[in-house]
Amino acid sequence: MTIRPKNAEEIEKMRAAGQVVAEVLDLLRTLCRPGVTTGELDAAAVQRMAERGARSLFRGQPHPRGGTPYPGNICVSVNEELVHGIPGPRRIAEGDVVSVDVGVEKDGWCGDAARTFVIGRVPPQVAALVETTAEALETVRREARAGVLWSAVAGRIQTLVEGRGFSVVREYVGHGIGRQMWEPPRVPNYVGGDMSRDDFLLAEGTTLAVEPMVNMGRRQVREKEDGWTVVAVDGKPCAHFEDTFVIRPDGAEPLTRLAPGALR
Amino acid sequence: MAKDVIRLEGKVVEALPNAMFRVELENGHRVLAHVSGRMRMNFIRILPGDQVTVELSPYDLAKGRIVYRAG
Repeated sequence: MTIRPKNAEEIEKMRAAGQVVAEVLDLLRTLCRPGVTTGELDAAAVQRMAERGARSLFRGQPHPRGGTPYPGNICVSVNEELVHGIPGPRRIAEGDVVSVDVGVEKDGWCGDAARTFVIGRVPPQVAALVETTAEALETVRREARAGVLWSAVAGRIQTLVEGRGFSVVREYVGHGIGRQMWEPPRVPNYVGGDMSRDDFLLAEGTTLAVEPMVNMGRRQVREKEDGWTVVAVDGKPCAHFEDTFVIRPDGAEPLTRLAPGALR
Repeated sequence: MAKDVIRLEGKVVEALPNAMFRVELENGHRVLAHVSGRMRMNFIRILPGDQVTVELSPYDLAKGRIVYRAG
């Protein structure tokens, strides 16, 4: 498994793709209100991508185990849905927790990011779930610097999440990103088990899509009959934050934000 | 978009040299699998006919590692 860091020119191209992702996520934040359908969010997102000369990375993505390719342009996962929810006729309602995941390709380079939005009023524990997952991503921004092993960062994520009584999903992980959406290495949000074999040293210029996936209840997830939507087995809410980062000597620089600290 | 760790159930059909095994997955595909380091450490014996959990390599779906033996 070779991880090739990107040079300055390549990083700027990834930043251009990342800025489209950031803009689409910003648009989705304003549109994500009670009554809107997840399909309408998808349509608005793909239109904005086209206006910026980008295309969806997700549409047509082959299924990892030979199922049907991904049919949407973005992923919209509501409440107990963790990731890879397919947009459609479902209407967003007051009290929902909505995770949107956006990936684009522009001029041959990729950007990938996700946010979880809270719609109106939710119970305090649900708000804490979303807040904790956002904090986990901020931990990455501070701690994932050149010369550090990924497992050290993943350990921080896991300690933070489990310390609040939530759980870290094991079956899905972040990934390297560049010309393709899924490049080596695998970037887990937990330590131990078989993942310790895949540990790697963070080097300057390495580009990673880091994505903490956190369940309010138990960590077990399953894939729904549509072959894509991943849900918490216990039916409790989930949160998912992701950015495409480039590793620097003093931390991880996000490429998919409108401003470095603009997470929410 | 999150990456799948890709674990599948299968049955060992053949033991090969160097702790490699041929495993037939539930979907009928046959893959070449080695035994995860943790399982080697605990001296878990794997024989043809055993039900195992295989984690496929995301880079080569014909190769994998056995991470769990049922029973």
